[in-house]
Amino acid sequence: MPPKKKPRLSVWKFASCDGCQLSLLDCEDELLAVVGEVDLAYFAEASRARCQGPYDLTLVDGSITTAHDADLIKKVRRDSKFLVALGACACSGGIQALRNFKDVHDFIRAVYQHPEYIETLEQSTPISAHVKVDYQLNGCPINKTQLLEVISAYLAGRTPMIAPHSVCLQCKARGNICVMVLGTPCLGPVTHGGCGAICPTYHRGCYGCYGPKETPNPASLAAWFRDRLGMPEAGLVQAFRKFYANAPEFRRESEAHEK
Amino acid sequence: MKSRSIKVSFLARVEGEGGLQIRIKGGSVAEVKLVIFEPPRFFEAFLRGRQFTEAPDITCRICGICPVAYLMSAAHAMEDALGVKVSGPLRDLRRLLYCGEWIESHALHVFMLHAPDFLGYQDAIQMAADHPEVVKMGLRLKKIGNQVVTLVGGREIHPINVRVGGFYRTPAKQELAPLAEELKWAREAALETVRWVGRLPMPAFETDYALVTLRHEAEYPCNEGRVVSNKGLNVPVQEYDAHFLEEHVAYSNALHSKLKGRGPYFAGPLARYNLNFDKLTPLAQEAARAAGLGREVRNPFQSIIVRAVETLYAVEEALRIIEAYERPEEPAVRVEPRAGVGYAATEAPRGLLYHRYRLDDSGAILEAKIVPPTSQNQKIIEQDLRRFVEGRLDLPDEKLTWQCEQMVRNYDPCISCATHFLKIKIGRE
Repeated sequence: MPPKKKPRLSVWKFASCDGCQLSLLDCEDELLAVVGEVDLAYFAEASRARCQGPYDLTLVDGSITTAHDADLIKKVRRDSKFLVALGACACSGGIQALRNFKDVHDFIRAVYQHPEYIETLEQSTPISAHVKVDYQLNGCPINKTQLLEVISAYLAGRTPMIAPHSVCLQCKARGNICVMVLGTPCLGPVTHGGCGAICPTYHRGCYGCYGPKETPNPASLAAWFRDRLGMPEAGLVQAFRKFYANAPEFRRESEAHEK
Repeated sequence: MKSRSIKVSFLARVEGEGGLQIRIKGGSVAEVKLVIFEPPRFFEAFLRGRQFTEAPDITCRICGICPVAYLMSAAHAMEDALGVKVSGPLRDLRRLLYCGEWIESHALHVFMLHAPDFLGYQDAIQMAADHPEVVKMGLRLKKIGNQVVTLVGGREIHPINVRVGGFYRTPAKQELAPLAEELKWAREAALETVRWVGRLPMPAFETDYALVTLRHEAEYPCNEGRVVSNKGLNVPVQEYDAHFLEEHVAYSNALHSKLKGRGPYFAGPLARYNLNFDKLTPLAQEAARAAGLGREVRNPFQSIIVRAVETLYAVEEALRIIEAYERPEEPAVRVEPRAGVGYAATEAPRGLLYHRYRLDDSGAILEAKIVPPTSQNQKIIEQDLRRFVEGRLDLPDEKLTWQCEQMVRNYDPCISCATHFLKIKIGRE
């Protein structure tokens, strides 16, 4: 029997910190096994070798913020059979989506002496705003064990087993004392689990870096922050306007508290 | 005379997106451009209006490889503005966290990103087919660095446990004990790494660089120190802006830094090593000498050896801190908002990282300035490439292009950081 052809893997970066694709290199124990199962066709952070598509599995980190990238993602999609968006930037626009609430030209003037040299779009948008995405793995950064699950599931031809529940469930399972009970505002009740509830475990409130969980109720949590923990409206805006500022559920909540 | 042009559209094995364009005309190099097309993300702009407490968590999102550097520079700059000093075990824990990042980032660069160039492999995975034990050793070293960051910081990328004034939670002494066992293996592995990179074929290339680094009277620099150069600069970080300037050029989304009155300068492991050799541990000094490094290193390709020496140092320093550690009573010192300006520079794995913030009396950020190491090194990379290519014009394009890439990777450029960076294009006319 001839050997089975290995699936071709490509990894792409758009506007991001590179952390989510770095997560693959951070799988120190599993990296060589993973690359043994695939044909690494394109992964610029790790290799000079660059192969043209088509690709079977494509991992994309970063958001779309330039006209060049808006064109490139369409080409990457055409070349890819199964496309996975990795992380907050790719899934919702990332921290750089804070520009979506302001005039980006003010931002350019604040950072660069020659605004005329800078080409950028008004908004930072998720991959799904431009092309069909086959699977979204959330987190800022993603959890590397979940990344391995997504790759393994693809190789086995099944759906990844990634629970959509809140940080609270993982927090309870770790046996933590609820930080809200101790008076610390925590986005855990409305935030997608997957990080392992590390913030409450380290005695701080969750700051929502895995984005909204399925069916969250941010308005109820905001009322709790305001009425029981004395958080001012401006604080509520900033609490929901961070790494998932552009996710619809968090975006609506932050805008509801803006004067 | 034959003219040509060499272009690398997408520089590989660097962190972020950039390229290189080199135009050769009449037997000399007409132009070298390090082109940074990493999309700008405007951190300094959207920090305005945020609370001082948020700066560490937000700025660490600039870089997935050196988030600890951002956490540290941001926290120290805020503490400078607010008149707070973090000392004792909290200071030591911060240094331990940074040691973890140096180990993780240096191991990644030495084994995964740079060594393949010296041996002619496209990547570490190809290298692993011929050198499996070396690559496995590198991965385990990297893992141990990440374990240190994870234990102290909560996770390896974008750690969550750092705050202005200290930490949210400090580890108990016994929590650190398993790390010490791993670090003892890492000390031997780091020694072996220094020996291994010392045997790599080194291209001959030397320059009398202007080097800029932190210098601290009592220790190899990490979180604190004066900003010094080998050309006479020695100032507190609060005077940084009086001595350095940033320029915006048309072909790059990253600003270029210059030392006023001098021009381009070199930040990073080579600068740290040359100006702080006396602060390395005896074992690290001895390993460096045995690997063929002098007291001064002027060949940027040898930066791979310096990274290995620093990895050994960081492992030893981490062990020292863990051994001496006693859990403090409080995880952080108390901070109260007040109006003011705060400055800090810390040593990211790839060089000096400067932050400056101006706050109002409620602790809101009015203005932020961040100068990452790769911004500082862009000019010197271009300068190096010009001289390097001029000495190698007889090489065929493919070989010359790869060697230029290897030269750029001497700097471990972090393009995501600098864009506030690699294609290589060599044009022969």
